[in-house]
Amino acid sequence: MLPLYGERTNAKGIISEKLNSVDTLRGSSTLKRGFAHMQKNGVVMDVTNVEQALIAQEAGAVSVMVLDKLPSEVRKAGGVARTASIRIIEEIMDSVTIPVMAKCRIGHVNEALVLQETDVDMIDESEVLTPADELHHIWKWDFTTPVVNGARSLAEALRRIEEGASMIRTKGEPGTGNVAEAITHIKKVNDELRTIKSIYDSGDNQDLVRIAREFKVSYDIVEQTAKLGRLPVVNFAAGGIATPADAAYLMSLGCDGIFVGSGIFNADDAQERANAIVLATTFWNESDKVKEAQKMIDERQSMLGLDVKTLDLRMQDRGGSA
Amino acid sequence: MSLNLGVLSIQGDILENILSVQSAINALDINGTVTSVRTPDEISQVDGLIIPGGESTTIGQLSLANGTLKILKEKIEQGMPVLGICAGMVMLSKTAQDKVVGKIDQPLLEILDIKLERNSFGRQRESFETDISLTSLGIPTFNGVFIRAPSISDVGSDVEILSKFNEKIIAVKKDNIIGVAFHPELTTDTSLHKYFVNLANTLKN
Repeated sequence: MLPLYGERTNAKGIISEKLNSVDTLRGSSTLKRGFAHMQKNGVVMDVTNVEQALIAQEAGAVSVMVLDKLPSEVRKAGGVARTASIRIIEEIMDSVTIPVMAKCRIGHVNEALVLQETDVDMIDESEVLTPADELHHIWKWDFTTPVVNGARSLAEALRRIEEGASMIRTKGEPGTGNVAEAITHIKKVNDELRTIKSIYDSGDNQDLVRIAREFKVSYDIVEQTAKLGRLPVVNFAAGGIATPADAAYLMSLGCDGIFVGSGIFNADDAQERANAIVLATTFWNESDKVKEAQKMIDERQSMLGLDVKTLDLRMQDRGGSA
Repeated sequence: MSLNLGVLSIQGDILENILSVQSAINALDINGTVTSVRTPDEISQVDGLIIPGGESTTIGQLSLANGTLKILKEKIEQGMPVLGICAGMVMLSKTAQDKVVGKIDQPLLEILDIKLERNSFGRQRESFETDISLTSLGIPTFNGVFIRAPSISDVGSDVEILSKFNEKIIAVKKDNIIGVAFHPELTTDTSLHKYFVNLANTLKN
């Protein structure tokens, strides 16, 4: 059973058609959110080419996310970061059997449409790329392909879900190899969920109204989320995950799965690290298995990482107030 | 004796299946429990198992790493009822190949004599819902939720075809083994889960 809170049954992305005279429906919330449910307890890995995508699949990744540059390289390169080359995305789609996701810029409707036409399995409206519109995110109900968004707080997460996001991930601080921000974000979302649940349980509807206004979302989604006690869509951790222990810790905080960006293919032991992070995500609650996974990697080969306090560019702030 | 059912908890939508089995147990008023199982020890205790939807390459590789694959195969061969959903049906199959990529090296249980095509209806944008029927299970209509779903192009002589969609086989049964290409756990209709709970209960007693 799947929570469908906030669903819009008249959305433009829903296509009702006959397939050989049989009635079918595409792009419904059940199908879009359902896809994200199939990713649960898995690892989505950032890749930039076919070779990396094959390593990811072999390691047991549930999907690959195609970028032109890994987030840490985006950080170094500066300039404007855009969606990846369509030719590379298609090459990867023809090479692996697992789903292929790709990123578009925040608010860039036509980059997202291009990705939908390319037939990627999920679109990530991502702060890793340079935002195209600081005020508006994409209205994701218009899309048949599901979209995932980043969030640092419950308010951001619910705003994205009201725009039609089928999945949420923490923002963390991408490309740093530093998991601290992802931990902060998931803990904040969990705290806020506990708060609204206790308000709901106490029957104080006026206080839920106050929260809806503060969050800039509808009363309905606050009430329904409070009743459920969790986000109505799948919630992954992302941003700065570099080791198996990082992944296991985030799973223990209640994340449904893990996105790994630069942490794998920026390390010198990518293949072992990909295997190890998948193992630690699956068996996060068995400490001997997480230790085994951690032993597969060499800390001297981990990406060096960055202290978030020293950063000039904080990707997590992008699109945060909208 | 209480019926002890399990959902294989390696990867995929485990909790959704636990909730569906739980409500099927409640609706049937059967003395039973459902838990997530992963270790060979846990699997050896159950009277019936669901292999949930997810990514078959992930579930296969990790259950191989964990020693789960071997015990699963033994238990199913000894007659334990099993319901494989989407990736779970891929896991049960004797041979599986991807519609675009072709055959890849992935660990399977190779226990159900079917020829399976992965991602048979296309990529996520082509995922669809439609009404299907499982008449021989006593389920005349069912909301079929197909997500990057597989289909079956050919079955062995002793495998019963339960349902087809546009000429493609989407549900099969052989004795204690059921495989479906769609996701009953994503709907509120628990009739297929009820059928499975009943099957496990009958085989146990």
